[in-house]
Amino acid sequence: MYEKNGEQYFIVDSHMHMWDASPDNWVKGQEQYAKGWIECFHAYMGLGPPETHWPIEKFMKYSDEDFEKDVFQDGGVDVGIFQSTYLLEWYKTGFNTAAANARMAEKHPGKLIVNGRFDPRDGDLGLKQLEEDAKKFNLQGVKLYTAEWNNGSRGWRLDDEQTKPFLEKCNQLGIKNIHVHKGPTIWPLDKDAFDPRDVDIAATDNPELNFIIEHVGLPRIEDFCFMATQEPNVYAGLSVVIGGLMFARPRFFAKVMGELLFWVGEDKMLFGSDYGIWEPKWQIDGFLDWDYPDDSFSDYPRVTDATRRKILGLNAAALYGIDVPKEFQVSEEAGAPAAKEDAELVETA
Amino acid sequence: MTNPASLSQEARMREQVLDALSAVYDPELDEPITSLRFVSSCVATADGDVEVLLRLPTPQCAPNFAFLMAADARRVVRAVPGVRSVSVQLEDHYTGDEINAALAGGQGFTGAFPGETEDDNLEALRALFLRKALIARQSRVCQEMLDTGAGPEQVVSATVADLPDGPEAGRCLELREQLGIGHGPESPAFVLPNGDPLVADQLTRWLRGARLVRTSLEANGGICRSLLEFRHKLATEPQEVAG
Repeated sequence: MYEKNGEQYFIVDSHMHMWDASPDNWVKGQEQYAKGWIECFHAYMGLGPPETHWPIEKFMKYSDEDFEKDVFQDGGVDVGIFQSTYLLEWYKTGFNTAAANARMAEKHPGKLIVNGRFDPRDGDLGLKQLEEDAKKFNLQGVKLYTAEWNNGSRGWRLDDEQTKPFLEKCNQLGIKNIHVHKGPTIWPLDKDAFDPRDVDIAATDNPELNFIIEHVGLPRIEDFCFMATQEPNVYAGLSVVIGGLMFARPRFFAKVMGELLFWVGEDKMLFGSDYGIWEPKWQIDGFLDWDYPDDSFSDYPRVTDATRRKILGLNAAALYGIDVPKEFQVSEEAGAPAAKEDAELVETA
Repeated sequence: MTNPASLSQEARMREQVLDALSAVYDPELDEPITSLRFVSSCVATADGDVEVLLRLPTPQCAPNFAFLMAADARRVVRAVPGVRSVSVQLEDHYTGDEINAALAGGQGFTGAFPGETEDDNLEALRALFLRKALIARQSRVCQEMLDTGAGPEQVVSATVADLPDGPEAGRCLELREQLGIGHGPESPAFVLPNGDPLVADQLTRWLRGARLVRTSLEANGGICRSLLEFRHKLATEPQEVAG
């Protein structure tokens, strides 16, 4: 629970990591990639307030105590959701595997949720692994990277035939939340990871699953927004949106938030700090204070106390079945869902 | 010793080449590579041998966009009268060697990256971004007409002949030409991405959608400009007024 100005807020951080990118964990011969990856992440930390920056040594491997202080003590996070990222080609024990995240989750029962992964190109073995992981980690969600290369393949799509059995399996296993990374990437060349059309099709075909688009396709948000208005089960994951823009580019942040509130709506937007890239505290505190900078934004939906409560915790709590004490909830009518005008607008599209 | 006559011929040739290059647009930002300061060097001899160097904001700019710009540059320079040979080189880019070799050998995108891409002409990608650019530019012109007193009916019944003079409207017509959308004086002033005329009850949605597209394009443009300035220590240009 985060407290500010006498008010208390229920916080679900829907996107965090517990990684080990220290040199001891670099795979021999792959050091340049292991080092390059973590240095790139560290540069992103530079987009937050200077007093929250860490030296690269700490950034490569932070301790359990660092995590507990930053996330629970200072950040007031009630429940955190780990998005596992394997990268076993570069890091001996992985960058942050479900197993590594689960170790931390076991220390804090009821406070941390572990999400898994799958890669449809792994075929039957991948399906079996997913089943095992689901049992072992009690999976409710997965994080997917469609731009990942695998054994000569240059990426995959959520609407590929080979993906269908995996989404079916998720549904059978009770894995309801499919987080998909859609942001700027370099490779592969001809399957641009910012293009969310594959999610559009998969979301229509799997109405019982929720699709959370991490980083909302930044910096090209328009395709995502148009799609999200048409798919009731598509959500906006705000990791990197708040951490990367709120402090560094406040006017652009205001525009992006205004567009997301208009097209996607405050009921379908989820806060995620992307810890260890950024600490949650300054993001939560700043967002509780945040509003549009001036009158030139008057055409966008208003930001209310209910808006902030939903985005910072209530929306993710609903997707993950997290019990929220009554005092933190907002009334059904509170706030403004995506403007009614949208519904009409979509029909004329 | 340099002959003054040939020097002025060189200068003339260089000017013509730069003029031709100003017709090459960054497909995503929809601005000429010359005003984006992507042309870092342009050398022309009196005999018509031309060398152009292009630099992009970062060494990691998307290879497909980089290839389109470099190939377009080569094509327009070759078409300049009196040009005998053309070399277009992408400098300091992580796929520069592959792209330069493919360009010099007259190969397409797959020639640059054999086995890594199946998309040879990149025309679908180009068309997608031309449509986005058209949406963004038309909406600025439309908003200007609305701001100066035109009503929704007036705006949707306007024809190309009614469009205000200016580079924005002019560029809209160029984009329509490239997309194969009619743009004669009697054609509708504002069209949907598929070429159909805009109708009055779609106007609000269309403007909102266009604002979203503009936000994305401006964000990318802003990022590219600041990265280029930072990387090459260029003087900062005045910021565009966000629309």
